[in-house]
Amino acid sequence: MSTVLLPGPAPTARQLILNGIFAENPVFRLALSLCPAVAVTTTVANGLLLGVAVLLVQVLSSVTVTLVRGFIHPRVRIPVYTIIIAVWVSAIDMTLAAFTPALYAQVGLYVKLIVAFAIIISRLEVFASRQPLVPSFFDGLGMGLGFLFALVVIGAMRELLGAGSLAGIPLAPGKPLLFFALPAGGFFSIALLMALFNWVERRTTGKSSAGGAGGTHGV
Amino acid sequence: MSEIPAAAPRTFVVTPGPHIRVAQTTASIMWWVNASLAPAALWGVLVFGPRALAVILASVAGALAAEWLGNRAMRRRPTIGDGSAACTGLLLALTLPPLVPWWAALLGGAFGVLLGKTIFGGLGFNLFNPALIGRAFMMATFPVAMTAGWSAPLAWLPRPLDAVTTATPLGALKEHGLEAAVRLISGPGGIQGLALGLRPGSIGEVSVLLVALGAAVLLARGIITLAIPLSVIAGTLLVTAFSGAPWLHLLGGGLWLGAFFMATDYVTSPVTRGGQIVFGLVIGVLTGVIRLWGGYPEGICYAILIANALVPALNLWFRVRRVPEAGSPS
Repeated sequence: MSTVLLPGPAPTARQLILNGIFAENPVFRLALSLCPAVAVTTTVANGLLLGVAVLLVQVLSSVTVTLVRGFIHPRVRIPVYTIIIAVWVSAIDMTLAAFTPALYAQVGLYVKLIVAFAIIISRLEVFASRQPLVPSFFDGLGMGLGFLFALVVIGAMRELLGAGSLAGIPLAPGKPLLFFALPAGGFFSIALLMALFNWVERRTTGKSSAGGAGGTHGV
Repeated sequence: MSEIPAAAPRTFVVTPGPHIRVAQTTASIMWWVNASLAPAALWGVLVFGPRALAVILASVAGALAAEWLGNRAMRRRPTIGDGSAACTGLLLALTLPPLVPWWAALLGGAFGVLLGKTIFGGLGFNLFNPALIGRAFMMATFPVAMTAGWSAPLAWLPRPLDAVTTATPLGALKEHGLEAAVRLISGPGGIQGLALGLRPGSIGEVSVLLVALGAAVLLARGIITLAIPLSVIAGTLLVTAFSGAPWLHLLGGGLWLGAFFMATDYVTSPVTRGGQIVFGLVIGVLTGVIRLWGGYPEGICYAILIANALVPALNLWFRVRRVPEAGSPS
């Protein structure tokens, strides 16, 4: 699944970040954490808040795991990862609740659920538990940025079509295509953007991708 | 130098089986379906006026445009002439309220074909009925127009009026009870307006007689069989029998249009008789349940879409089994 884990010269920071945003984008390529990607992305602001929260949790958890990976017995690694993620989620949950109470009221539930997001634990398992500190940091940064990018793009599409506004600025009167603000529209938006992603990748690299179905499906 | 003997005239043509040859093609079936929908559609235009005609034309145009665009974008052979896209557009229009804006019908038709059919790989690969996908999309997108766009029959004929909005029989039944529904349909044409089709409702559902006529043509040509439609109607009857107005549930909504023209779609219905009967009963029962206890006055659209999702399972559960005792050659 992971192109960067193949033997060869170590990937650079730039490669790791671009890998997270495009080649292995958590939502559009790995198809992980689709549930929150559908649920919160009715507006750009909601997507941005959850995206930032995931970015912070991913980077901090990746760094923590890579620092303590020598002490974790392989048999209990998943519970330990979960506890590490939960620690950072709690910290960020309280921070967001304190500084952005209005937005937090809308997406706060999903911030708590970040503990169970498949993308974070999968990066810990696949990458951070086997790689040194610096690559793990950049992998976490890339994956977090990829998730943030996906949520903002989906949020922009749904807000534009469903509410006729972008980032809170009204552009069209009324609600042009209310469908896209509803959950069903969330599924269609992600599918359409995923198709666009695949199409662009095929056009630019000239090969069909093995992505999409490659990930482990989960919350 | 012997001459090559001339080939003897071929008295037998030897080819591998199977040897069944029929004149029916996808296109011929689809155009027969379209033709048998035409009477009900024309009646809808007559009863509801030019607004209904605009809705029908826009919906068909949207579906055809989407079919053309989808084939172009995915580099498939053009299938616009096989009538399936036109059928989707026409069926969608017949389920719509007559006063829905024409551009909404255009969008609905295009959405149904593009995201209900083309994206799955075109005709034969879609999981859900594309016309009903279009309708569900419109219900979500234009909730006001889709639930309030009903017109009184023949209201457009006195010239100063464009239309007179009113409730549908099933809507009135749900909101105000049986008495209001009866008062509504006993307006112009009396209670027999229900059978004749002089009542408020979707463009194509109002004349049960003409829908039945179209269905009879399809039955006579062997394009559809009675298994699905009868079990749909039986299922609805089963649930609504004790609601006080089973006749209103049978004749007052889109049950016939859905049972004969939408549930029988080859692609989105089971292939075996047993599966078809279960499929029809599920649709009928769900329709009754949605009408009696659900949020909407009419439930056939969502009932068919839900049952469509069961079709792969029904095909698996009711597949034709090989008889081991007979000693099959393979």
